[in-house]
Amino acid sequence: MASKTVFNPISAPDYLPPEQLKELQTTRLRQRVTEAYEKVPFFRAKMEDLKVVPGDIQKIEDIAKLPFSVKKDLRDTYPFGLFAQPMNRVVRVHASSGTTGKPIVVGYNQRDIDVWKEVIVRGLVSAGLGPDDVIQVSYGYGLFTGGLGLHYGAEALGATVVPASGGNTHRQIMLMKDFGVTAICCTPSYFIHLIDKAQSMGVDMKTLSLRFGIFGAEPWTQEMRRYIEAHTAIKALDIYGLSEIVGPGVAMECAEQDGSHIFEDHFYPEIINPDTGEVLPDGEEGELVLTTLSKEAMPMIRYRTRDITSLNSERCSCGRTLRRIRRITSRSDDMFIIRGVNVFPSQIETALLSIEGTLPHYQIILRRENNLDTLEVQVEINAQLASDTVSGITALEKRIAKNLEQIVGIHAIIKLVQPETLQRSEGKIQRVSDLRNLNPISQ
Amino acid sequence: MKLKQLSLVIPNEPGALVRVCDVLKKHSVNISTLTLADTANFGILRLIIQEWEEGLKALEDDGLVVKVSDVLAISIPHVPGGLLKILELLNENRINVEYMYGFSLSTRERSVQLFRLDDTDRAIEVLEQAEVYLLDPDELFQKE
Repeated sequence: MASKTVFNPISAPDYLPPEQLKELQTTRLRQRVTEAYEKVPFFRAKMEDLKVVPGDIQKIEDIAKLPFSVKKDLRDTYPFGLFAQPMNRVVRVHASSGTTGKPIVVGYNQRDIDVWKEVIVRGLVSAGLGPDDVIQVSYGYGLFTGGLGLHYGAEALGATVVPASGGNTHRQIMLMKDFGVTAICCTPSYFIHLIDKAQSMGVDMKTLSLRFGIFGAEPWTQEMRRYIEAHTAIKALDIYGLSEIVGPGVAMECAEQDGSHIFEDHFYPEIINPDTGEVLPDGEEGELVLTTLSKEAMPMIRYRTRDITSLNSERCSCGRTLRRIRRITSRSDDMFIIRGVNVFPSQIETALLSIEGTLPHYQIILRRENNLDTLEVQVEINAQLASDTVSGITALEKRIAKNLEQIVGIHAIIKLVQPETLQRSEGKIQRVSDLRNLNPISQ
Repeated sequence: MKLKQLSLVIPNEPGALVRVCDVLKKHSVNISTLTLADTANFGILRLIIQEWEEGLKALEDDGLVVKVSDVLAISIPHVPGGLLKILELLNENRINVEYMYGFSLSTRERSVQLFRLDDTDRAIEVLEQAEVYLLDPDELFQKE
């Protein structure tokens, strides 16, 4: 497969020299901050607290003077409190389900929608896709940004879109096969499920015309990528985004698969120390903070994503000048603390997938028994690893536990379960169920 | 000679056995013999089914992971030392018994035990040489 990608005129901003990009970013930032200050009382109040006025923003680095935004701000101003334009300009809203309480709502005017389409086109082009591709969008359609976002982006690329939406796994595989689908967009965990289903239907994924997978909406590891690529003939690519900023398409991997190019002419990235809020230089790891430079209906200034990554400003071999974010395998939201140790679900995934005959379906359960926290990992067994002897199964459990302990530093109870007993995701998968809070212990 | 055994890792909790038996019933597959090994976390269910391929397909179609292994059906006379003779033969040849269980077919004179061995092929050789009565599947299920 040629790694050189098709040039599409829409991709021109991907190649801007850094100085020109900075100029563009500064102009756009000043515009957005002025609008937000004038039209969003919530944001104005925050700026006044810090005694900053739009005139203080002279160059892009001045962004550090501005206040941060967090998810709670969207909840506090539910539903439309952060909109900078009247509703007759807003052509679409999306909402993301919060695990607790009210959803968060985001709005777009027509120009915002066009920018969103543009970044997705640029991302798909950088991966090597073009008008000849048949793209199956298997993200959920609806309030979730995944489905409609990729749908309009893929259409704007000129590709043929198969709007499969999530669910109905049998039909997904039939469509892929019968329609000659060349690319699929879904969550990586759902794709693993598709691989399994195809196998049980007697469909060899490697013989399909499927060449690309655009996976996002949840963190996934390099090991998961290897697993997917070993079981199919596709290039598995990461797409990054969050509805607070625009949805999928904030950043995407090019065919080089070495970090996701962030479309920084529209979304300005910073990495901060999550504890102090201090801006860190490129290359250092910290929390990703994003500012929308083009969004008119609902600007977001310095939004704290909770995603842990670093910015890579080295020139990519694809020639794009856009900085890249290192693969995000952890969200500070997903991290759990057990017996004083910070654990990310991605570490558990790495431990499981490093076992020969890998086990990609797992669920993490935290319990509190006699004032002691326990970590249970339920893992679905597969034909390759199954044994007919107790000693065989016990040995497998021990091997998994040992691997986990080496990576995570905590002893885990391993429970092997039959396939498809664990939750399957069509949107974002919930890997951790923390049952500790249900039984509060009196101290 | 060799008998196909289907085994499944199932959770040690109510309903786990029901699922398996229900699938087999729906496909009109009869279980000849079974044994269940249990540990705190899981159980291993081992099944002997005459139409084992049909049983395997039914279980797999239901999404279960099934392991197929070879076991030996050995006919053992109901006399003191009957089993010992077999075990000694295996031991002399350093063949390990992973596990064993009785087959539902037995008469007053003889019982049938199923052996899961670490080296089935060599065991057949050794046992046949010693003129131990090994049953082949046709014979086994016919007598039933």
